[in-house]
Amino acid sequence: MKRIESTNDFVIKFANINGSGSASANELFARAILRMGVPVAPRNIFPSNIQGLPTWYELRVTEAGWLGRRGGVDMMVAMNPQTWAQDVKEIEPGGYLFYDSTKPIDCGRSDITVIGMPATAICNGTYEDARQRTLFKNILVLGALAELMSVELAAIEQLFAEQYKGKEKLLDGNVRALHAGASFAREHLGQHQVGLKVKRADQVGNRIFVEGNAASALGMVYGGATVCAWYPITPSSSVAEGFQSYCKKLRSTEDGEAKYAIVQAEDEIASVGMILGAGWNGARAFTATSGPGVSLMTEFLGFGYFAEVPFTIINVQRGGPSTGMPTRTQQADLLACAYASHGDTKHVMLFPEDPHECFEFSATALDLADRLQTPVFVMSDLDIGMNQRLCEPFHWDDARRYDRGKVLSAADLEAGKEFARYKDLDGDSIPYRTLPGTHPKLGSYFTRGSTHNAQAVYSEAGSDYMYISDRLQRKFQTAAKIAPQPAVRAAEKPTRLGVIYYGSTAPSMDEALASLAADDIHLDALRMRAFPFPQSVKDFILAHDAVFVVEQNRDGQLRTLLVNELEIDPARLRKVLHFDGTPITARFIAAAITKQVHELAVSPKEVKA
Amino acid sequence: MTYIAKPALHHPTLTKNKVGYTRRDYEGRISTLCAGCGHDSISAAIIQACWELDIAPHRVAKMSGIGCSSKTPDYFLSASHGLNSVHGRMPSCLTGASLANRELLYLGVSGDGDSASIGLGQFAHAMRRGVPMVYIVENNGVYGLTKGQFSPTADKGSQSKKGAMNIDSAVDLVSLALQLGASYVARGFSGDKAQLVPLIKGAMRHGGAAFIDVISPCVAFNNHAGSTRSYDHVREHNQALNRIDFIDLAPEAKAEPGAGELLSLPQADGSLLHLRKLHAAHDPTSRLAAMTTIQTLQQQGELPTGLLYVDAQARNLHQQLKMVPGALNALDEAALCPGGAQLERINAALR
Ligand SMILES: Cc1ncc(C[n+]2csc(CCOP(=O)(O)OP(=O)(O)O)c2C)c(N)n1
Ligand code: SF4
Repeated sequence: MKRIESTNDFVIKFANINGSGSASANELFARAILRMGVPVAPRNIFPSNIQGLPTWYELRVTEAGWLGRRGGVDMMVAMNPQTWAQDVKEIEPGGYLFYDSTKPIDCGRSDITVIGMPATAICNGTYEDARQRTLFKNILVLGALAELMSVELAAIEQLFAEQYKGKEKLLDGNVRALHAGASFAREHLGQHQVGLKVKRADQVGNRIFVEGNAASALGMVYGGATVCAWYPITPSSSVAEGFQSYCKKLRSTEDGEAKYAIVQAEDEIASVGMILGAGWNGARAFTATSGPGVSLMTEFLGFGYFAEVPFTIINVQRGGPSTGMPTRTQQADLLACAYASHGDTKHVMLFPEDPHECFEFSATALDLADRLQTPVFVMSDLDIGMNQRLCEPFHWDDARRYDRGKVLSAADLEAGKEFARYKDLDGDSIPYRTLPGTHPKLGSYFTRGSTHNAQAVYSEAGSDYMYISDRLQRKFQTAAKIAPQPAVRAAEKPTRLGVIYYGSTAPSMDEALASLAADDIHLDALRMRAFPFPQSVKDFILAHDAVFVVEQNRDGQLRTLLVNELEIDPARLRKVLHFDGTPITARFIAAAITKQVHELAVSPKEVKA
Repeated sequence: MTYIAKPALHHPTLTKNKVGYTRRDYEGRISTLCAGCGHDSISAAIIQACWELDIAPHRVAKMSGIGCSSKTPDYFLSASHGLNSVHGRMPSCLTGASLANRELLYLGVSGDGDSASIGLGQFAHAMRRGVPMVYIVENNGVYGLTKGQFSPTADKGSQSKKGAMNIDSAVDLVSLALQLGASYVARGFSGDKAQLVPLIKGAMRHGGAAFIDVISPCVAFNNHAGSTRSYDHVREHNQALNRIDFIDLAPEAKAEPGAGELLSLPQADGSLLHLRKLHAAHDPTSRLAAMTTIQTLQQQGELPTGLLYVDAQARNLHQQLKMVPGALNALDEAALCPGGAQLERINAALR
């Protein structure tokens, strides 16, 4: 048997039981490797359940810095008897199985290296307390793995010191368990040569390691959101919870008074109603939700679009339709969000690729909503939202000013500035608004979802409807110009092939492009960052014979939007679709594109009568 | 037709209130409701209450859902901003608006279909949150705008105009409001302005979740024999529990009439509610007593009206959330953005 030998480039997967406290030990392992200057990319795979069910933490160690999922497992740390058979099967030939051998089991495979450590037995002999036994078992295993794979114990100790600052007893206990694990490995497992090693490198730089949902929450704080209304739903809840805890720290006065308001609403209809009310009244307001929540919000979304009220929705997408796969990832809400609500309705969407952009786009969305006076979606997903990603540090320019859009003040009104709530006075199709309470005599108006004329007065005249409706359509063209523009990257060699992708697919796409280029398949790449699409997207598509559209849904939703909005011949846009709920991998993209490129090269088959 | 504005001509002899407005300044567009609709009388009562309380019209935000009743905010206070939200969802919009700027007075107007049917959930949660507002339901027991279907407040056994019998039991909004924690609960009748205006004034000064259920007959679809929401029926079965007088922000010096008859309730903002009790048994400061009185009278087929319950010490949503004084929508970058240096510290903690 040939063992897998690799330094700084492998996949290790931890199979655990939900609620057993393994998550923090797994994260420590990842962070320690990062501290050694080696990039990592983790993925949480967890059930829609709190306790007892299987959960996995897959960690890709990647000196080359590929942050997508690789696929395949080089070492399985199998701590969950429930999933033992499945876990063992997943290991690549030549790979490794590490398991709790308190009750030894034969795994039935001779093409892998099996390493048993009686972790439960050791803990039962060392700790009296049942809670300590389970908690320290994770740390014990961590110590052994660190020893076997050359992860520096000092790096883990340093992390402990930061985590348990001021809690010496906890710190002590953890350090002791860590070393116990390491010495057990040294004394008893030494014979098992693990070929997967971590070696200090210098590939992490000043990047940060953070979840997208935390980044979105922080972006909302920096972007000046003051009202948040939400209803719990996986995988978006940690956005609102993160906003709450950041605000507590960063947005409270010395007397503990809040410069923000957070309401856990009774449902998504109420949460969007609240942020609509707040946006109407001049506050920056947002909610965080996922597919089923968006479905409930649609009536208000149409209202926000037609009555031109700013607010922001962070949609952390999960597997749909219906309750779908609540704890799996997809990019399957594009159509539902782009055209949410009845009638001719359209909404702006932003597509962050990683936590850095989750931060950035949250603040941008607040600006865009105010500038455009319309609802704006930030289309995150479970893969970015609930996994820590290595990304560029957050940045804030202190000279940056919030764009509050066209709001007339009392002084503007006094000075005789024209006010007609729904009239295009500047030629950009964006009207002016006034906020409630601004002026005793001037500028009041009535907001309604029924047809209104340019002065905001109720009207049933078709001509008034046409004026508003056409202007809204033109306002969307303004949106295409001011929303984040696509990022285009030319292939190394001239090519007639292009690829379009967006959001969390980005890291796997980067890797796939490199591997395709190595196989002499070259593609110009365009990463979509917002809807509506600017002219440059159409130009990009028309400049190529075929363009692959890579996305994580069954129906090719971005492709539909491209065909529909840019009036593209569908034959030009070739689908690359991944939708089993796991994050798309570079291997999958490269294989799918390679196959289609070969098909493209074949001349049309003769049709015989 | 709503697009006809009223002539802006003001009679020079119209008296001005303390903030310099005449009663006409509190009016809105010409109503498009049916002549005789109870909702118009409620609009008139709102106008009178705001004028008498010296409220600057533009400091009111008037919000509603969908229905004939929800159209009415267009027919009063034309200097204030209004919002017709979607059907049944006024409470959430109002909640968000009030969080954005706590310095305005929030007036929510809704119908019985709007609040007791599609919007029952939002109604309930606004009450339990203590959103500072005046929430008026113009209750006619039918869907007016969609032409006469029963609404959930229609009494079991009452008849529709077309002769159909209502087989469902009724949702009683005042009982619900009481149970859910509203801190000012009243019921009025659109045909009794003398009772209604002080009820609205008291609600406007209350500072917490104030709910007024106003029985408001629909002359088009619910004013016939067999309806329990017709003018005649309500007049015959109205049991006024009390008459209130509202003295704004000034302790009153009037000599007390017969002991036990007059009750003075100081409000959180310093104003006084004077209650003349008509039913000696009703204690409007006890939630439990209010429930009992309402249930007892309703079982006898009577409609208790008046101030049913008030808690002047109630804490509202803004206080519960410990929000800074002043309007959130007026805070600028300096107040809201923690700045680049702080972000560097956050970055450092994420490495
Ligand atoms: C989602 C939705 N469903 C149905 C309607 C139709 N609708 C308009 S008003 C109304 C009922 C209004 O009744 P109520 O609130 O009692 O007011 P009233 O007209 O009697 O004053 C209904 C069902 C709507 N506008 N929106
Ligand atoms: S239909 Fe009824 S509720 Fe509507 S305006 Fe006419 S009388 Fe009033």
